[in-house]
Amino acid sequence: MDDLDRQIINTLQGNFPIEDHPYQIIAEQLGMSEDDLLTRLGILLEDKTLIRFGPMYDIQKLGGSFSLCAIRVPSERFEEVTRIVNSFLEVAHNYERDHEFNMWYVLATESLAQIDITNQAIAKKTGLKVYNMPKLQEFFVGLHFEA
Amino acid sequence: MDELDRKIITATQSGLPLVKELYQAIAQQLNIEPDLLKQRMKKMLKSGQIRRIGAVPNHYKLGYKANAMSVWNVPDDMITKLGNQLGALSFVSHCYERPRFLPDWPYNLFAMIHGKSKQEVSEKVQQVVTLLGNHCAGYELLYSKQILKKTGLRLKKV
Repeated sequence: MDDLDRQIINTLQGNFPIEDHPYQIIAEQLGMSEDDLLTRLGILLEDKTLIRFGPMYDIQKLGGSFSLCAIRVPSERFEEVTRIVNSFLEVAHNYERDHEFNMWYVLATESLAQIDITNQAIAKKTGLKVYNMPKLQEFFVGLHFEA
Repeated sequence: MDELDRKIITATQSGLPLVKELYQAIAQQLNIEPDLLKQRMKKMLKSGQIRRIGAVPNHYKLGYKANAMSVWNVPDDMITKLGNQLGALSFVSHCYERPRFLPDWPYNLFAMIHGKSKQEVSEKVQQVVTLLGNHCAGYELLYSKQILKKTGLRLKKV
């Protein structure tokens, strides 16, 4: 990753144009060619420096629900439980954390009811207690990572 | 969200194609006019249904190797005030009130803190400790060990 890559990452965390030739517009801002931008963006996605590139949808504004959920997974069952939890399409993210509550996943569903339905299914398949911790208030979301 | 919005979401939720005629390519796939696609996406952006269009960096790869979910036990009647103060700190990326599960889980205020090292995160945590003062009845840091899954929103196709 060089300086130009860093500039691409920082610029693309902002607003991507909904106009014809959007990559051309960004390339001009960065003083590079559109071809070079597309090539570099492809590499940054390929080598996983970028997790994804595209629209970030707010599922709650689309009528759906989000929830953060936690499970205390016995260490000897961690791989097996990871496979079960990750197999649900509703699981958008899943992180292992250094704590007795060691598995933290985010559910993104199309209705509030599906949060409970999915968690009940996960609890049944794993035999473990699921702690559903939906947000009650949001104080801040968003951090610009300087590359 | 109508059927067309839904089609647009399922076509773009895993990412935008890296092609010059970007919106034309998506519109063609959906069998609609590019202008209609752009109009719908602008509308969703304006209403906040699209938070933003852009790149999601892997913060590990950018050197932010220490990522702690800090969890705090603060009085329920103070949480709005304290949550807003925490959320205003530059190094906090997400800040929420969440339910406690007594006695297993006493924490009601969650703040994600990112740093390039655990040392840097600890210094930031100390700032939060000072800020909360005696309103804080306890806290813990849950460092991420590994990403097990990260796909983001996935609507099923209709």
